[in-house]
Amino acid sequence: MPRYVLMRLIQGVITVWFIATATFFVMHNIPGDPLADEKAVSDEIRENLERKYGLDKNVWVQYGTYMLNMIRGDFGLSFKHENRPVNKVIAERFPVSAILGILAIVIAGMGGVLWGALTALYRNRWPDVVIIILVILGISVPSFVFATVGQLGIVVANRVVGFEILPVAGWGTIWHMLVPALVLGLGTMAFLTRLMRTSMLEIVNADYIRTARSKGVPVAQIFAKHQFRNAILPVVTVLGPSIAAITTGGFVVENVFAIPGLGRTFVEAVQQSDYTLIMGTTVFYGAFLVLMVIVVDIVYAFIDPRVKLK
Amino acid sequence: MTEAIRTPKSSVSTSSVWQLVKYALLAMLLMFMLLVCLHAVTLRLEIGSESNAAVDFARNSISLNLGSEPPQLDSTKSTDMVSGQVLGHVMEGLIRYGPNNEILPGIAESWEVSELSATFYLRKNAVWSNGSPVTADDFVFAWQTALDPETASQYAFILYPLKNGEAINTDGADVEDLGAKAIDDFTLKVELEQPTPYFIKLLAFFTYLPINREFYDSRDGTYGTSVEDLIFNGPFTVSKWQHGSSLRLEKNVDYWNSEDIKLDAIDFAYIISDPNAIINLFATKKIVMAGLQAENIERALANRWPVKEHVDGSVFYLGFNHREDRPTSNRNLRKAIQLVCDPEELVYKVLKTPGNRPGESIFPVWLRGVNGYFRDEYPAPKHKPDPDLAREYLVRALTELELSSPPQLIFLTGDSEFSTKHAEYYQSLFKENLGIEVRIDQQIFQQRLAKMTSGDYDIVAAGWGPDYDDVLTFGDLFTSWNANNRGLFKNDELDRNVQIAQQSSDPKTRMEAMNRVQHILYEEAAIIFEYERGSNYVADDRVQGVTRRVVGTDPDYTRAYIVDKAKE
Amino acid sequence: MNLSFTPATVETDIEQTSRPSLSYWQDAWIRLVANKRAITSLFVIICLLLFAFVAPHTIWRVKHDIQNLDRASEPPWVNRKALVLSDNDTWNDVVVPDAVGEHRAPTSLEVVGEAATSRVRLMWDAVPNSHGYRVYRNIVEPREGAPLGLSIGVVNESTLVSFEDRLDIRQKPYWYSVVALHEDGSEFDTAKTLRVVPQRSIYVSEALALPGVDSAQPGETVALVWHPLGTDYLGRDMLARLMKGAQVSLTIGIVAPLLFMVLGIVIGSVSGYFGGIVDAGLMRFTDFVIALPFLLFMILFKLMFVPPEGEANFLSSVQDFLGIEGGILAMVVALVLLSWPGIARLVRGEVLKIREQGYVEASRLLGAPNRWLIGRHMIPNTMGVVLVSFTFAVPATIFTEAFLSFIGMGVVPPTPSWGSMCNDGIRTMETYPHELLFPALFISITVLAFNLLGDGLRDALDARMRSSE
Repeated sequence: MPRYVLMRLIQGVITVWFIATATFFVMHNIPGDPLADEKAVSDEIRENLERKYGLDKNVWVQYGTYMLNMIRGDFGLSFKHENRPVNKVIAERFPVSAILGILAIVIAGMGGVLWGALTALYRNRWPDVVIIILVILGISVPSFVFATVGQLGIVVANRVVGFEILPVAGWGTIWHMLVPALVLGLGTMAFLTRLMRTSMLEIVNADYIRTARSKGVPVAQIFAKHQFRNAILPVVTVLGPSIAAITTGGFVVENVFAIPGLGRTFVEAVQQSDYTLIMGTTVFYGAFLVLMVIVVDIVYAFIDPRVKLK
Repeated sequence: MTEAIRTPKSSVSTSSVWQLVKYALLAMLLMFMLLVCLHAVTLRLEIGSESNAAVDFARNSISLNLGSEPPQLDSTKSTDMVSGQVLGHVMEGLIRYGPNNEILPGIAESWEVSELSATFYLRKNAVWSNGSPVTADDFVFAWQTALDPETASQYAFILYPLKNGEAINTDGADVEDLGAKAIDDFTLKVELEQPTPYFIKLLAFFTYLPINREFYDSRDGTYGTSVEDLIFNGPFTVSKWQHGSSLRLEKNVDYWNSEDIKLDAIDFAYIISDPNAIINLFATKKIVMAGLQAENIERALANRWPVKEHVDGSVFYLGFNHREDRPTSNRNLRKAIQLVCDPEELVYKVLKTPGNRPGESIFPVWLRGVNGYFRDEYPAPKHKPDPDLAREYLVRALTELELSSPPQLIFLTGDSEFSTKHAEYYQSLFKENLGIEVRIDQQIFQQRLAKMTSGDYDIVAAGWGPDYDDVLTFGDLFTSWNANNRGLFKNDELDRNVQIAQQSSDPKTRMEAMNRVQHILYEEAAIIFEYERGSNYVADDRVQGVTRRVVGTDPDYTRAYIVDKAKE
Repeated sequence: MNLSFTPATVETDIEQTSRPSLSYWQDAWIRLVANKRAITSLFVIICLLLFAFVAPHTIWRVKHDIQNLDRASEPPWVNRKALVLSDNDTWNDVVVPDAVGEHRAPTSLEVVGEAATSRVRLMWDAVPNSHGYRVYRNIVEPREGAPLGLSIGVVNESTLVSFEDRLDIRQKPYWYSVVALHEDGSEFDTAKTLRVVPQRSIYVSEALALPGVDSAQPGETVALVWHPLGTDYLGRDMLARLMKGAQVSLTIGIVAPLLFMVLGIVIGSVSGYFGGIVDAGLMRFTDFVIALPFLLFMILFKLMFVPPEGEANFLSSVQDFLGIEGGILAMVVALVLLSWPGIARLVRGEVLKIREQGYVEASRLLGAPNRWLIGRHMIPNTMGVVLVSFTFAVPATIFTEAFLSFIGMGVVPPTPSWGSMCNDGIRTMETYPHELLFPALFISITVLAFNLLGDGLRDALDARMRSSE
């Protein structure tokens, strides 16, 4: 077991290195000038700026320098937030996205599993139909529509009640996160509901369940021990990448609700060709994702005894 | 065989549902615990805004939003409007603008100006927020730093009127040669490169703000990046700066004129750009001012909010690519396009906000001329859209270009929603009237600039905002030596006239020259004037004394105060 | 005992337990046809495809990029009667001699000529001691002490007592107010207000261009062209745009998921089935692809497909050859190359599970080749989760496209997509809800249809359900 984990971690580091390399070269091949601004500058000033950020050097030298610094955990200085280290920017923004993401993923995960199980139990009866219609509504509306409508909903609710139930935007307390987390988690929740339902129904007819049933094992126990537990497996597989995607932020939600998270930072960095910030966030995100995948694989082994870690 | 799919024989067992309910209860318990934990962690991290009201009577403070975060608050490096706004509240230069845009003494108590020099007498009671006095050397240091090529300041050009300014910035001259010297702690002597009639007006610009030399050196390259890395000499201080989230200003009690400052705090509580979200914040009384898009005006009217307007001073135009290998280098083609464009239709039917004004000239209406407004003294040439005449020009253009059918043109524009709408409007206009196919090329900001610089476009949607209060801030834009003339328009007569305006100190001569520039741009159809931007906004009427400006800090809350309208 | 035995007759008509031999796919098809919801959904999807690819060439030939700014953002139920105005519809400012007397509001305010959507002309009487006037427009009646509304114009002379409003006038009541100004630009205390309901108008030359209109005189009314679903913010026909948008959204939303599903299933099943080094290698590659920043690659592909002028490359010539516009191909390529890992992981998880099951083990012991095991056991048994994923991938892909349009990197205008139309509609959600409603409705119908069809397919393909009957 420890050996397996170690192996996975080493592979993970290699994966991250690949990600960094690919991103580095893609970024440098997209035309766009990180140093350009509304006002044109003289060639001399440009040269100085290029020197400051090392852009005057050969791209391989830049790559080498970047990789060496990265190994030391230094992502360099941001282009747009001048003189601010990228590490610092990520350290400020990531906790916000992570907190919001944890809440969203928990809402999505718990909601998805419970609703999914419920729809499977009531297959083709009214609770199933109602939930499935809600789920389809949940996935057929784009997140920017949900975010905007959700925010308008808060405005209307506050006006109807006459005092502030929930803040419209901003960050700082749990009250700021409820609606954004719900909007962020809604799509994933709908997806998990459906996945859970399918997966439960497949298991209903599995041999071991029939065996258990014929042995006279109480229905509730079959449900808990076999059906529910086995059905969760595909859900867990999907959850890994979802956790990383959600905790690193939804640009739309962060933008509409004025949340200082990493998703917004990344999109803004891309829009401004802020090379160092793009690299920093991508590598950070990649590393986090790879780690999540490893964690999920290990958790998987705990839930499903049939899968052996080799 | 053909029997419908059967439901599995297992019926819903109540016990399974009970099991599920147990899980659900457990989940809710976990959820509650999680919420408590996350709340605690969030409070601990101290990121974000306190949930303040737009107007806080008890604390005598107001709350606002910023459209984006200032990249940093080092005045030598700032380039954007938002930084300019914050700096205008926490710093003070030699002069400042008053409520009616008149020039008032700032750190300089008085000054003497001659054609090629100026002497400023600084007030002795102005201090930095660390207690040290604001001295003449602080100005010299800031200007030297901005001009130093090592700083690589993008706005260094605005210091070029200073003697040797340009030489230091681009030719490697020593910063000590700068035409700005501290005679003593409170006397600043400035020498100019050439007569610059608008020099005093320039001094309100943020690149001219002072910086405390000792403090700057002690920060070791991080000056301006966080609260700890800043000191102030203006009406307010930054008391809290949470990156990406909020910025809080508090009254600077050490400010020399602090009795004029009524507010105790200004809370830039939100950094947000989504227009609907900003209106929602205003609707729930979280911020005192919100910009309106055309789509939101009806909501504001229906709620009976006070809708105001502000002309921000920028002009917008379609720029042509004048490089020789481009069809748009042909004057007749440009003339044809000019004749089908209708700025009035654009403003009334596409922009749909009354603050905007149909464009007629590169010089916006608010610029001063000899005695009154420039545009009143020198009206811009005008025409009515005339598609028939336009087609005649087009035929001539095609002959000259040796083309059998109208060329396809690339319309380079931004990535905002408005850019799309705007480009689609022209696409259809050119197609219907001239048969010109337009390919819209939407690019993010940096790539748009890169494409403009390399010349990979035919028409570009562009705009220009004033840096200082003089006709030249617009007038020299299309000279052959201006690096911002990215379409490479070249006209010797225009160049000559700009030189006349730059070197003369006689208002009449300068304005005549600028009038020629205005006519040349029109006759050559060098660009197509679209509109002068004006914005509509809603403002909380419990806050008074707010100044909106074309040049300088905008909106300016330094002298704002709260009135109690609680009687309603 | 002489016992004689008579052979028992073979009863041939006892229980017949066999049924006609059906292949797996035949059986699946029969089950699918029996499922009413699935068949209805299939029918809806076919209708949508017809709507996208056939209808624009047959029943609704209106072009999607023809603008009519005078009819921007019209809901479908709008009154289409329009008043004809002369082509020479110009008006001169009204100038009157200076008035004398006391401070007051204008005593009269009237509309000159017809109040029309192309212009509303106002005239009032001069105010003594004033230095000009400001004209306001409102959509609610101004109350005492409340704001007058939107300032639409300023007149700088006290003797100039007229104003022509041309700013985006619609067919609904407006309250115009005129207030006199002091020398410093501040307003007098009282204003004169007038309620005006403009009538839709059209110029003679425009009226003659309408189909079925042979003559039009100023003062007559004509009926304007019908837009069954209203128009968008530039006055373009919504129905035509929805059809064009359907082409884009369905192409991206169906083609891309189909392709990356196939890729994901192949990689996932191979990885899960073979395990060991193959598995480890493929899964690390999957992790690598998941972590690549979609946005950056999207920009890269977009640039590769739209090279600088005159430099056609392989990709752009493929695009030209297929006649696909609006950067759709770039988006599909980016989506396919970057979206498969999710499904690959899912399939791998399922395959891992199935691999350990008894019947697979049995099959293997009987000497079944890998091809058989994967094709016969693994893939059919993973169909359930795969189809559910597919039904989700369709809307997810439509939304990815919408998100790209949201940040200005989506389809190239004027080509619409449902996502970008939603995105345009969200801003005007409160004022013109139809601009959001229709594209959102189409997305919802599509998603619903794919979900129900997916359900039906899952049931039909599930081999175990067959055995349980």
